[in-house]
Amino acid sequence: MKQTLKFAALALALSLPLAAQAHKAWLQPSQTVLAGNNPWVTVDAAVSNDLFYFNHVPLKTDNLVITAPDGSQVAAQNSATGKYRSVFDVELKQTGTYRIGVVNDYVVGQWDEDGKPKRWRGTAAEFATGVPKDAKNLQVSQSISRVETFVTNGSPNNTALKPSGKGLELVPVTHPNDLFAGDEAKFRMQIDGKPAPGIDVEIVRGNTRYRNAQDEIKVKTDAKGEFTVTWPEAGMYWLEATSEDKKTSVPQARQRRVGYVATLEVLPQ
Amino acid sequence: MRVQLTIALSGLLALPAHSAEINLNLQIPQLNVAEYHRPYVAIWVEGPDQKAAANLAVWYSQKATNEGAGTKWLPDLRQWWRRSGRTLKVPVDGVTGPTRPVGKHALQFTDSNPELAALPAGDYTLVVEAAREVGGRELLKIPFKWRGASNGSAQGSSELGLVTLASKP
Repeated sequence: MKQTLKFAALALALSLPLAAQAHKAWLQPSQTVLAGNNPWVTVDAAVSNDLFYFNHVPLKTDNLVITAPDGSQVAAQNSATGKYRSVFDVELKQTGTYRIGVVNDYVVGQWDEDGKPKRWRGTAAEFATGVPKDAKNLQVSQSISRVETFVTNGSPNNTALKPSGKGLELVPVTHPNDLFAGDEAKFRMQIDGKPAPGIDVEIVRGNTRYRNAQDEIKVKTDAKGEFTVTWPEAGMYWLEATSEDKKTSVPQARQRRVGYVATLEVLPQ
Repeated sequence: MRVQLTIALSGLLALPAHSAEINLNLQIPQLNVAEYHRPYVAIWVEGPDQKAAANLAVWYSQKATNEGAGTKWLPDLRQWWRRSGRTLKVPVDGVTGPTRPVGKHALQFTDSNPELAALPAGDYTLVVEAAREVGGRELLKIPFKWRGASNGSAQGSSELGLVTLASKP
């Protein structure tokens, strides 16, 4: 019984990097539309069921990448991790759109050693040294997850929004900092740079504590990988999409999970 | 020949007197609040596609600060920021200016305004948006004819009072 429980806990822990079923991972910027001389945003990063409340675990920001409007990368400042959330600041020295994202690209191996379950997590390049060649009952899975948000200083631009071509990504047709209640927005989902049709996308507005239902919006991408959403009201929205395929970069891995999360601010008219 | 020339010349000379204009009366209401700041105000002309066709006035705090001379709060003029402000490099001569006090403000815009000069005659909407620190935001719209005669008005209920418009060809 105890062993079963331990396995269940392990299975849960394994699924956490993607946080697909269990909890929602998110970044929440203090604001998304800014102006003035050198404005700053401060961003909260957490994993929780409730949006956008810190009540479970902080989101690790080790793999944080901030892309500036000219496409260069800038560093976060004043980073800290507390019990329930991580926090960091971004100085917006350039005008245009910044992409702020945490990208986790991992391989997870599980095997038996001396009758005990062993687990290893690392990058695809480290796999050969991290997992013994003769590992018994080896099970390997790969995952790429992306948790991101967008902020714009002054006039929006698209340089930082260019997809990397790795994993599941959102390609804006409507600019992510140009979203208004009652308006329709259009986005495209891509996997490894190619349009991803038939992907389920879930969208939930924040402030879930103050209502009785999730009020989630569920959409599916069309043949071109595109979907539209009409924002019912202003607020901070959480958007998630996940998928699985066999395009692994480690031969031992049977499947690859790809996940995408964006936090989008919708303004009132 | 000479007569014709005189007529032609008089036609030219008469033109400025008939320049198209928009006369606007805009009221900033007195508010009974503990902390009052003058509102930021943007006045612009939009076409049927809701795109900004001409910026007429933008009033914001001109005081120099580290955050930028009041420009940090320009996005609070939400619609104006979206339609025009975010792509505009402020200050703009003859358009941007300091915030104005409570009271009635008579404003005249003629086709000597570079943006209006380039605007083709037709039906447009004048938009007035006001946003106040620790206060609210209000937006009013008045349809009018540019290079045509029209009258219109809109009554604000919070950040703006009565706004009246009269345009002449």
